[in-house]
Amino acid sequence: MNLILIFISAAIVNNFVLSYFLGICPFVGVSKQLSSAVSMGMAVTFVMTIAAAVTWLIYHLILVPFQVVILEYVAFILVIASLVQLVEMFIRKVSKPLYDTLGIYLPLITTNCAILGLALFATLREYGFIESVVYGVGAGAGFTLALVMMAGIREQLELADVPKHFQGAGITMIVAGSLALAFMGFAGLLSV
Amino acid sequence: MANHKVTRTREFVKGLWDENAVLVSLLGLCPVLAVTNSAINGLAMGLATTFVLFSSSTIISILRKLIPHQVRIAGFIVIIATFVTIADRFLAAFYPDISDALGPYVPLIVVNCLILGRQEAFSSKNPLGRSMLDALGVGTGFIGVLVVLGSIRELLGSGSVLNFTLLGDWFAPWMVMILPPGAFLTLGFLIALSNWINERRAEA
Repeated sequence: MNLILIFISAAIVNNFVLSYFLGICPFVGVSKQLSSAVSMGMAVTFVMTIAAAVTWLIYHLILVPFQVVILEYVAFILVIASLVQLVEMFIRKVSKPLYDTLGIYLPLITTNCAILGLALFATLREYGFIESVVYGVGAGAGFTLALVMMAGIREQLELADVPKHFQGAGITMIVAGSLALAFMGFAGLLSV
Repeated sequence: MANHKVTRTREFVKGLWDENAVLVSLLGLCPVLAVTNSAINGLAMGLATTFVLFSSSTIISILRKLIPHQVRIAGFIVIIATFVTIADRFLAAFYPDISDALGPYVPLIVVNCLILGRQEAFSSKNPLGRSMLDALGVGTGFIGVLVVLGSIRELLGSGSVLNFTLLGDWFAPWMVMILPPGAFLTLGFLIALSNWINERRAEA
């Protein structure tokens, strides 16, 4: 039951993009087309799940026993950067179609603050191993949801008559604000 | 390669408005949106980011010929992460209130694409003096946006700026402004405003 709550909390109530502002760069950059938004969302969910597991292991099996928690940020970012590289090589070897879909988005994920944010939040909340992984899946699902909704709206926006100075980044922010407003309706649904 | 016709003053000034990291390049948006629910948080975040940007630009510019090209990104990130750890420990030791308010967004400076972007695009290719000026300019522009955004949101959301009450009892605070939607909406309007100002300047 607790795991389901963690999942829903990460995916909807405390959506990473719309209430923690993590992963805004890809959210703005890759949300012009629905198809690329779906691929990016999948790539992020994939990396987030693995990153949640690996950073938990690093933190609890290396940093804490050796009392070098001060190296947390350096260790996490290095792990995430090499993890993304590994995942990229692995996918290229194992599944060519998957690589073609996710390929160009994978390197971008290294600097996606949602991944590091996930690792930091999971540590901060003292989640166990399984909880961290579920949290990773939930956060990834939430990211995908926000990205896909945004892409859907922006495709429609192409046809809309937007005031001149709001075109581009301005209207994107306003739309994101409206989405965040809608997601605030979920606040208080549960508190994890 | 670097264009040395560009004057040193220009290296500093361009980051303030013409190439403003937030309003023009849309870099480093996470902290911009996340911590600007009050002017003081925005200022603290801006200063911390500028410190990390300036320090890592300095080091990377000095080491630019030693860092192998293939592993440069990993190298940059380790250098940046080191300064972020310093900034984080400093805030936690001397300004615990601000450190609590900013929470995990201080360590997240590591993945602020604004910082990595400047290293990749500028410090790793330019001499020390210019890199320092560039970092200061971009950092100051970043602080400017954070403080303006934080002030607007604090004024409308709590009726005060830097904790000084400006709007009296007659004002019903717009709670939404200090919540996440307010951040997106205010930034949207700021970007539109900067487009408008640029257009006016181009016409003049």
